[in-house]
Parts: sequence; structure tokens; C-alpha cells
Amino acid sequence: MMKKNYVVEAIRKAQLLQLLASGKRLDERALDQPRNLKIETGVIPKANGSARVTLGNTQVLAGVKIATGIPFPDTPDKGILMVNAEILPMSSPYAEAGPPSEDAIELARVTDRGIRESEMVDLTKLGLIPGKSVIAVFVDCNIMNVDGNLFDATSYAVVSALRTAKMKKYVIKDDKVEATDELIPVPVEKTPVSVTIARLGDRLVVDPSAEEEASMDMRITITTDDDGNICASQKGEASTISPEQVLRAADTSISVGKAIRAKILEATR
Amino acid sequence: MAGTKKELIDKNGVRLDGRKWNELRPIKLQVGIMKNADGSAYIEWGKNKIMAAVYGPKEVHPKHQVLPDRALLRCRYHMAPFSVDERKNPAPSRREIEISKVIREALVPAVIVEDYPRTAIEVWVEVLQSDGGSRVAGITAASLALADAGINMRDLVVGCSCGLIGEQVVSDLDDTEDKEGNGDMPVAIMPNLGLVSLLQVDGVYTRENFQKAFELAIEKGKQIYQMQREALTTRFFGGEAKTTEVEEVAE
Repeated sequence: MMKKNYVVEAIRKAQLLQLLASGKRLDERALDQPRNLKIETGVIPKANGSARVTLGNTQVLAGVKIATGIPFPDTPDKGILMVNAEILPMSSPYAEAGPPSEDAIELARVTDRGIRESEMVDLTKLGLIPGKSVIAVFVDCNIMNVDGNLFDATSYAVVSALRTAKMKKYVIKDDKVEATDELIPVPVEKTPVSVTIARLGDRLVVDPSAEEEASMDMRITITTDDDGNICASQKGEASTISPEQVLRAADTSISVGKAIRAKILEATR
Repeated sequence: MAGTKKELIDKNGVRLDGRKWNELRPIKLQVGIMKNADGSAYIEWGKNKIMAAVYGPKEVHPKHQVLPDRALLRCRYHMAPFSVDERKNPAPSRREIEISKVIREALVPAVIVEDYPRTAIEVWVEVLQSDGGSRVAGITAASLALADAGINMRDLVVGCSCGLIGEQVVSDLDDTEDKEGNGDMPVAIMPNLGLVSLLQVDGVYTRENFQKAFELAIEKGKQIYQMQREALTTRFFGGEAKTTEVEEVAE
């Protein structure tokens, strides 16, 4: 993200690659070590659920809004889940207002895929009147500050916001949906965790910073669930990856994901 | 998603259309089918019908997009409104924008873009009828169109999608299997270099199934690569009457 606009001084890039050759990173992290992760929940009381995630200097705010809606024709008895993300113009000197860029669309769709495919939210519990009315859960993410790896920060924000969201309990009276005053949690079943790995030179590094992203030639995002299953992935950048690297990245995502999941569960208890 | 999986594959491991778990749908490839394009290809893969056309290398407009040291590869994946069951709005959807991006990122590594500085190469992929796996079919056709345009390449790019029905890994999902199955994993490879240039995953895979599906997609890709070679051979060294006719005019 923002790679084409982010100018790293040539000397800095040379230093970064030279350090990596001996297994070290500019910010002294281990190759498989993510940056500091801070999760604050309930930061927007008007939202049904919210979370501000700070990963290094990358900051993302996710908010959940829940309402009733009309189901999709092919899933008449299932609720609706929509995850979206917007890279705010305030987030970086290179971000612009206006219609979403290709990068922003990819970010939103990859984040949505991880949440959806892991079946984090049990949509069968969000049906009301089959074919007519269901509960719709919207998660919108504001990217507040860009410092690399928007994919993971956005995903953690969505998961944290959903885990702490409260919605009205709906009842059906005389074939009509009525909202009660009772607040219940969203039916959350899984904790998907996204781990993004960038390749710089021939090294794979976890959670690339903006500087590292500017020098990477390939990235791969892999989302895993509580049981260590792989539920979503996306390779990015105009480059290739060897089959061995894919499998190595999968193993790294499972192990790094486990530690991050513990942090998310702790923060959203 | 779950629930219908029993119907998709029976006790003997036979799928709805009669295929085994690791079989491909029928594939037909044709190269050089359009008059105006510098390169073109047509693919029929199951019920997919997809055309790919290449224009370029050509001058870059607008000029601020020029890359001083290499060619700019533009790519559009587009679905015709009549290509799916319900009419699709012809405006590019978010899905099509994302797929255009991943197709471009899958093709660029194969094109020797450094050979064409300050130019644009345009790749248009038009899905006339869609039947699951259209992005990998589009990539397979687009790389043939690039070769047909005579653009310098390191390798062809060939795609295949594998996935899950229940816990069974299967190759080449069709539309029904994609929608009602339990996972889809489109993979594109550069077969001679042994590298992966597109990888997307959805569904829930154990680590073992992930590797199995991924490796199956690579194996199937290599099989389709042989068909790509045949299609290019037919185009440039004769075979079908249609393609030799073009060569005679050139004389």
C-alpha cells in the first residue's frame, strides 16, 4: 500500500537490505516479530461496537453498525455481513480524497474475505423472517494513519470491534420485526487472525512497516482461525513467490497468528 | 455453504458433472482470433467463454503514467452483463477492479517489461459467459494473447483453481461448486520457472488440505500449459485452416 508514492532514501533502502541479509531489521525486530499491537475497544459509544488498533504507527478505527435489512435472494434465512475500509485522506501525505483506489478496494475485500470465510459471525443466527428480514452487520474501517501493513491492522480492528459489539435483541410479533431494549452480543464463533508477510531480497518478514513495504517485491496475507486452519489468503505485488515460500509463509502465519489471537482475546474479553 | 456438500460429490467420489476429484473440465484454446488486436486468444473452459486481447507496446496516455525504465501493463477484467444468471451491471464492480489488479500482478512477472521502456501494453479480458474459475481462465488466455502479440516473455502464465467440497480437495471448481462448496483457491503459475504469480484463498483449509489443494493447482496448471503450447503451435506452425489463412495473407 502506498508503495508507489513512498520515497525511501536510497541509502536507507540499501541499509535495510544489507541488514536483512544478516537477518536483522531496521527497527531491530526479529524477522517473524510483529510491531507493538495496541487494541482499544468501545471508543465510539454511538457505534454498536468499535475498536482502535495501533500497530506500530499504523492506526485503524473500525466501527460496527447493526440494523435490519432484506436478505440476499440466495441466502434468504441468513444475516448480512459487510466489511468495508476507507483510506482517509488524513492518513498519509500520499492519500487522496475521492473514489476508492484499487489498493483501497483490495484492502477492503481481503479484510472482508478473512472475516467471512472463517465464518467468524454465525450468519444463520441473524435471520429473522426468511426471505423478508434479517439482521445486517456493517463494519466500516477508517484508516487513520498509514505506516505499512494496513491488511493486518484493519483485520484486527474488525475482529475486535465485532467481538465487543452489542446489538438490540429483535423479536417477531404478528409477522413483524420489533426491536427490544435488551442488548445482546453479536454471535461470534471464531477469531480469524490475518498475518501479512513481505519479501525483501530473499527474506520473508512479518508485519512490514511502510519503509519495508517500499522496498518489498512481494507480500502475502494469510488468515488463520482458532484451530490453525487457513481460511483466506492473498498474494500481492507484481512479482512471484515460490511454492516453498508459500508453505513457509503458511506455517509462519499459523504460529504468529496464535500469539496475536491471544492478544485480541485478552483485549476483547 | 455447508449442508449441500453431499450432493456435490457422491459416495464414489463422482462430482455433479461426472468428474473425479482431480479432473479438469474440457478446455479449448484458440490463439489469434481477432483482426485488430496485436494479440488475442479465446478460451472455453467448462461453460466459461472468455476473450483476451492485447494492444501494444504503444504510447502511454496520459503521459504522467509513463515508466522511464519499463512498460506499463494495463489490465481490465470485465464481465459482460449477459455472462451470468442475473444481468450484471456493466459498470466495473469492486470485484472486477480487484480481479483486474491480481491478473495484472500475475502477468507482469512474465512480461519482460524492461524491453519496452516508456510504453503501455494493454490487456483486455472479457468474460462472455462465466462458470467459475473465470479469473484463472482469463489469465491463461491473456498470457497466450501476450505471446501472440510477440511480446518478450520469460514464461507463459497459466492458472487453475482448486478447492474444497466438504473436506475433499478438488480441482477446477465450476460455478455450482464454487458457490456451494467449501473453498476456492485460484493459483497462477509460470510453469517453466516453477513460480507462483497469483494466489488467492477462501474457505477453511486444514494445513494439510491447504498444501494438497495448492500443489494440485500447480500440477493441473502444468497440464493446461501443455494445451497452451499446442494452441501456440497451431497458431504459428499451422494445423487448423483458420490460422494458416492468416499466414498466407502475410506472405
